[in-house]
Amino acid sequence: MKMVNLKIDNVNVSVPAGTSILDAAKEAGIKIPTLCYHPDMPFTASCRLCLVQIKGKRKLQPSCATPVKENMEVITNNPMIREARKTALELLLANHPMECPVCIKNNKCELQRLAQELNITDITFEKCSDMLPIDDQNPAIVREPNKCVKCGRCVEVCHEVQTVGAINTAYRSGEYNVCTAFQKPLAESECVFCGQCVNVCPVGAIYEKDDTQKVWDALNDPDKFVIVQTAPAIRASLGEEFGMDPGSLVTGQMVTALRNLGFDRVFDTDFTADLTIIEEGNELLERLENNGVLPMITSCSPGWINFIEKFYPELLQHLSSCKSPQQMFGALAKTYYAQKENISPEKMFVVSVMPCTAKKYEAARPEMNSSGYRDVDVVLTTRELGRMLKEAGINLAILEPGKFDEPLGISTGAGAIFGTSGGVMEAALRTVYEVVTGKELENIDFTDVRGLEGIKEAEVDIDGTKIKIAVANSLKNARELLEMVKSGKGDYKFIEVMCCPGGCIGGGGQPYGTNNETKQKRMQAIYKEDKNMKIRKSHKNPAVCELYEDFLGKPLGYKSHKLLHTYYTPKK
Amino acid sequence: MAKTVKLLSENFGKIRPDSLEDYLNAGGFEALKKAFTMKPLDIIEEVKKSKLMGRGGAGYPTGSKWEQLYRIEKFPKYIVCNADEGEPGTFKDKLILNYDPMKLIEGMIIAGYVFNSNHGYIYIRGEYPDSQNIMQTAADVLEKTGYLGENILGSDFSFHLHVRTGAGAYVCGENSTLLNSLEGKAGRPRKKPPHLAEVGLFELPTLVNNVESLANIPYIVLNGGDKYASFGTEASGGTKLVCLSGNVVNRGVYEVRFGTTLREIIYELGGGVPNGRKLKLVQIGGSSGPCFDETLLDTPLCYDATWKNGITVGSGALLVVDDSNCVVDFVKCITEFFVHESCGKCTLCREGNKQLLKIINKFTEGTASEKDFDAIRRISDAMTNGAFCGLGETASRALTTCLEYFKDEFEEHINGKCRAGVCSFEKGGE
Ligand SMILES: Cc1cc2nc3c(=O)[nH]c(=O)nc-3n(C[C@H](O)[C@H](O)[C@H](O)COP(=O)(O)O)c2cc1C
Ligand code: SF4
Ligand code: SF4
Ligand code: SF4
Ligand code: SF4
Ligand code: FES
Repeated sequence: MKMVNLKIDNVNVSVPAGTSILDAAKEAGIKIPTLCYHPDMPFTASCRLCLVQIKGKRKLQPSCATPVKENMEVITNNPMIREARKTALELLLANHPMECPVCIKNNKCELQRLAQELNITDITFEKCSDMLPIDDQNPAIVREPNKCVKCGRCVEVCHEVQTVGAINTAYRSGEYNVCTAFQKPLAESECVFCGQCVNVCPVGAIYEKDDTQKVWDALNDPDKFVIVQTAPAIRASLGEEFGMDPGSLVTGQMVTALRNLGFDRVFDTDFTADLTIIEEGNELLERLENNGVLPMITSCSPGWINFIEKFYPELLQHLSSCKSPQQMFGALAKTYYAQKENISPEKMFVVSVMPCTAKKYEAARPEMNSSGYRDVDVVLTTRELGRMLKEAGINLAILEPGKFDEPLGISTGAGAIFGTSGGVMEAALRTVYEVVTGKELENIDFTDVRGLEGIKEAEVDIDGTKIKIAVANSLKNARELLEMVKSGKGDYKFIEVMCCPGGCIGGGGQPYGTNNETKQKRMQAIYKEDKNMKIRKSHKNPAVCELYEDFLGKPLGYKSHKLLHTYYTPKK
Repeated sequence: MAKTVKLLSENFGKIRPDSLEDYLNAGGFEALKKAFTMKPLDIIEEVKKSKLMGRGGAGYPTGSKWEQLYRIEKFPKYIVCNADEGEPGTFKDKLILNYDPMKLIEGMIIAGYVFNSNHGYIYIRGEYPDSQNIMQTAADVLEKTGYLGENILGSDFSFHLHVRTGAGAYVCGENSTLLNSLEGKAGRPRKKPPHLAEVGLFELPTLVNNVESLANIPYIVLNGGDKYASFGTEASGGTKLVCLSGNVVNRGVYEVRFGTTLREIIYELGGGVPNGRKLKLVQIGGSSGPCFDETLLDTPLCYDATWKNGITVGSGALLVVDDSNCVVDFVKCITEFFVHESCGKCTLCREGNKQLLKIINKFTEGTASEKDFDAIRRISDAMTNGAFCGLGETASRALTTCLEYFKDEFEEHINGKCRAGVCSFEKGGE
């Protein structure tokens, strides 16, 4: 690697060629303020908060967007620089509704933090707030454009990472803003409700629809039997809401916290993740045996389902008909479990805690009511659960670990890894191999499909038959695989797609500050969870076996089809 | 006595723009023929010797720009002619487009030959539909007669010209924005570096030159760089089309040698200020240019000399403002222009212009205070030092230079007086 030597504030720094001044300064222990910059995305250089002076240049330069050069001399702090940065920030604040105490982003807002770091105590410029309407006409995401600081991150992520392009920058000057085509509500746009824009927004201009009050109401209702399910990925991230390091695994504390909140039962989506493997694995085998449509593509990521329904309706046949684990859980809770416990499904209220905003949309789909009632009543994101716990004065970090209730809380390591890209594939392979061969799988770690890489491919040998598989995370990569499928390239038999980069660990409902570094740590935590489990293969989950014996009969049977499978609708 | 010269404007009005015959009779395409006998680097050498400075506003030496692009070994390369001419008070490129389009095309073909580029684009301002037609017609004529297209004049060099229309925003004249607009993208600037010479149109190496810059190339090739330079000063070679507008008797475009003083241009060519009025201020280079009073009128038109006096040549526009006008009202109009034209991408320009206008409005309404000078300084400093592109960088230049020369008038407004009687409150002052 070619190294470049330069001076930043008179400190000699040596960094790899191509490094930005911003990152080089970090090396030198110098923190430059930023707002529009995001470590995982190309720069827009629009906020002008990271300006620095470069010897020989008349104008100040944005350090986030300027690569280092040999012998460059950079100054990051002098009156001219401080003035320019402060003026930029004050100008933004003059056009910003200062509603911090009642803002969803309070305490987690990059604009707010910058105001503190740049020692802003007064705005000398005239206030001039925009008066754009709030868009909350969908079940998942709220846009509040008056709080937008026009950093452009959401547009980048929607176009470059997700290739959806639901939102764009439009108009000019004071009217310049982020909006959908023809200013329509998100619900009428191409939006798939993945929430990646929410994750990257530095302020409170895009956020999840808050459903916490609905859960409080249910918990307070003596007639309701309120149960909760927790997605695989949230135990690896919820701790961050309480100041714990990314990658802290808080499964036990989370269970205790939910119990303390007042849920009647605390269950685990990992259970239905295992169940998904049984159904989906059998579906794959059936398609392989009976010349079904191949490759079969996983269906557990609702943003992905929205995407394929909207952009590739001609390929819907490739989707597994399995509902997502969240929806399977809801359907079983209100049938199997309700019967078992003799509770009327009408009284049962199913809450799920998900790393995802698209899950809110999924739960609201009209077809998701197999028991005659909505499978899942309310979906909370990791962030919303964090807020509820704080509201109740529960500090997750100091709780004694608890255990999930049975039977819907019993799970395996295979269910746990659903939370990260490659996990569904790996879990499926563990089961499919043993079902087909009848032999015990020696090495159950399929490391080829692990990691944050956008597209991963592997060939697996199942008793002499080699099948090609692929794993994609983020919709851009999903699109790439779909294009290959369309043109007959690739010859895959099974594809896993997760809508969000990195999988659910990078979901649109995860704690703020999600980036590749935090995702990496959450991923490690998930694999640690898998390693810690006594049972690591879905078909060995005793509660799942019991479910088939007592209730479902057999995989892909009549009841399965009624409760656990679904259909898709072209939405082009 | 100041004189106009006819070097670039030689053919204006004398030839029919769509007539190849007329153009050939006027010596057209002799330069191209000569260029085909020269080595590209030798042509670049002549351009360097000519001391031709970019006529689009920034005044960057054309020879150096060409040399940099030449050294980049990535192909294909593109030639782009900036005919957006959006700078208020600037209307000189239009004359070239309308009266001598083939000369511009000849300049572009020579550029194409130098860089072994087979495609040229000319991006014409949306408000110039007639110029678009004329250029397209001229290009069609030349295509039919073998001066454009495959194997020009039987050589193995091919050059295709594409005439394109601007999107109608001022910022589209900024070279990277122009390329975005050509590519069909939103009219907002790109971050530089990478320079357009490396990553330009369709991410390929690209030359962007102003109409006037390119139209000078045939003369330079035919007569040599030294000859061209000899018309001008030590720092600035050749001649300049100057656009004179505002409160002068003879408004219009004049071709003058570099070195001619601003006073000569305004009084001898322009006939001075009409109606017995006094000259109050001059703005040079269009709305983005600086303003000054009569104390600088003896400055020669020359990139060096103007620079020493804290002003710039810019696009070569001279706007004369007489004493019936109010300075505050004048900068208000300019700021309104920039508020309208800011692309909105970066904080400093989007929010800064808006706030500047609010403050200026306080002056015109008599509600300003001394504190407002501070706010103007803070905002304009930050914009000048830190805006994303040239638009935000120069948007407050008229305001800050007017404050330098006419602060007393601003102060009078604080006290509710407008000496010109333009602003809404009582007339008075002085
Ligand atoms: C806001 C803005 C507007 C501009 N408008 C024009 C224009 O209308 N025509 C032009 O030739 N150059 C314009 N320029 C300058 C171009 O960016 C560029 O410097 C020029 O086209 C280079 O050509 P030259 O070297 O031949 O002058 C503008 C620059 C800025 C920042
Ligand atoms: S977005 Fe940030 S600065 Fe704005 S009101 Fe919310 S917390 Fe405050
Ligand atoms: S939720 Fe996803 S698809 Fe919708 S606007 Fe945000 S990034 Fe785009
Ligand atoms: S909505 Fe948020 S992410 Fe998008 S431009 Fe505005 S501040 Fe940036
Ligand atoms: S300075 Fe900024 S807002 Fe203004 S035109 Fe340039 S990029 Fe756009
Ligand atoms: S962080 Fe660099 S310009 Fe915004």
